[in-house]
Amino acid sequence: MIDVQQVSRYFGDFAAAKDISFQVEKGEIVGFLGPNAAGKTTTMRILTTYLPATSGTAKVAGFDVQEDSMQVRKHIGYLPETPPLYYDMRVHEYLDFVAKIKGVDPVDRSKAVRDVMGKVAIENVSGRVIKHLSKGFKQRVGIAQALVHNPDVLILDEPTVGLDPSQIIEVRELIKSLAGDHTIILSTHILPEVSMTCERVIIINKGVVVAKDTTEGLTSKHAGSRRLTLVVGAPFDKVKDKISAINGVDKVEPGHSNSDLTTLYVESSKSDEVRPELAAKIVAQKWPLYELKAEDVSLEDVFLELTTQEEEETS
Amino acid sequence: MRNFLAIFKREIKSYFTSPIAYVVIGLFLILAGIFFYLIVSNFVQMCMRVDMMAQQYRQAPQKMNINMMAIRPIMHNLSLFALFFLPLVTMRLYSEEKRTGTIELLMTSPVTNWQAILGKFAAAGALFLVMLAGTFVYIVFLFLYGKPEIGPILTGYLGLFLIGLSYISFGLFFSTLTDNQIIAAVSAFVFILVFWAIGWVSGIVSPTLGQTLTNFSLIEHFDDFAKGVLDTKHIVYYLSFIFMGLFLSFVSIESARWRGR
Repeated sequence: MIDVQQVSRYFGDFAAAKDISFQVEKGEIVGFLGPNAAGKTTTMRILTTYLPATSGTAKVAGFDVQEDSMQVRKHIGYLPETPPLYYDMRVHEYLDFVAKIKGVDPVDRSKAVRDVMGKVAIENVSGRVIKHLSKGFKQRVGIAQALVHNPDVLILDEPTVGLDPSQIIEVRELIKSLAGDHTIILSTHILPEVSMTCERVIIINKGVVVAKDTTEGLTSKHAGSRRLTLVVGAPFDKVKDKISAINGVDKVEPGHSNSDLTTLYVESSKSDEVRPELAAKIVAQKWPLYELKAEDVSLEDVFLELTTQEEEETS
Repeated sequence: MRNFLAIFKREIKSYFTSPIAYVVIGLFLILAGIFFYLIVSNFVQMCMRVDMMAQQYRQAPQKMNINMMAIRPIMHNLSLFALFFLPLVTMRLYSEEKRTGTIELLMTSPVTNWQAILGKFAAAGALFLVMLAGTFVYIVFLFLYGKPEIGPILTGYLGLFLIGLSYISFGLFFSTLTDNQIIAAVSAFVFILVFWAIGWVSGIVSPTLGQTLTNFSLIEHFDDFAKGVLDTKHIVYYLSFIFMGLFLSFVSIESARWRGR
């Protein structure tokens, strides 16, 4: 459905996107993940024909974004970072206008507008002037605008930004429910969003794709190690001496401590289970063990690792 | 055509749901009304003076030409007021879209830039037509109390419409350059004013240059319309001026796309 080949976009000397390539199959939800100013919006703008690429080719629904931009535009729904709303219009007027310029057949138009208002649950405000709506409703009208012509491809730039937690959940549910019929790319810098809504992730940083995989694939690939938190009632050095010897323990680092309690962070490889031995060693010394907790590497850690590595390389 | 109409209608609706249309039309008509009153009462006084002189010298009173002495200055005034008001009508056309981000909707919809430009241009043109239609009421009064010729009035209005569209096309162009409406309005105003008055320097430069500059002047071409002369050269001038403004708008939007602004 979407085929991006080595797309770059320069603003003067600054590369907002560099050799970006990826494919998205029909019906997939793909998350575009990256810190702020990573090039997410630029890439999305290229896909929506808003911005021409400096080099490379991108095809959406089989049409080249540069050569056949009018065809591409018919097949996409796009929600930019700030929803493109005409504040002085009423909700249904606005959606009717968008349906018109998106080329919805005049006969189907009022039905299309009604349907999309139902889909995003804004029927109650259909007669309200957009500028008087709350932020959450504005965002929904923005999503409705992208959906009204029932496009094959939906491109959503940070669809949940600025919403309150319950609204965020609703929007995520909405997006999930749209998958299958639509191919969706959504960008975000919020990690749980990706693991919750997307099947695949493309991590982008400083204009470069640093990873693309399924969410599980990405975490398991980078989750070679496990991190244990240990709270023991003994001095750090003594504990460290004892447990460093255990087979499978890679690193022991001090955490926050006060006079009685010491927190230690232990890194071990995921294949070796060190917890029983660790506990046994500590108990054998008659040190009180308050806490022993394992954390798998989350998408968040992967993300940080990938994006900070990049930083070190460039600096 | 459908896209053009969709954009045209949206812009018209936007003018009339916000106070812009009412304020602009209302104030334009008040200003035009004041000057209409001044010019006509001046004309009436002059007629009376001529009448009195004729009586004194026992001659037949001289015929006063209302077209020449009242309607023509009124037309000139209207062309100047339009210059003040139309940049305020056009300033938001693209600036507003840029500021609120709706430009992204417009430029990712299957609407060509020409459809959008012409839709917006036509909407501002239609608003101007309403402004002109309002001033026609004043002219009706002249018909009630005098015998003006209709020909020069019609050509005068055609001239006003053309000069107004010229203002609008460049107002639109300046609106594509910035997301700030004030800057769009002021720069459009200054640019058009320079082109309006450019012929005035003809007295201090070489005759060839002077003539050339006069030919560029917006108001020079208007005078014949106000007199009742319909000359293709003036029509061609205004149409080229309008096309130039629209074309520059198109170029500006396209280049902004490439630059990514």
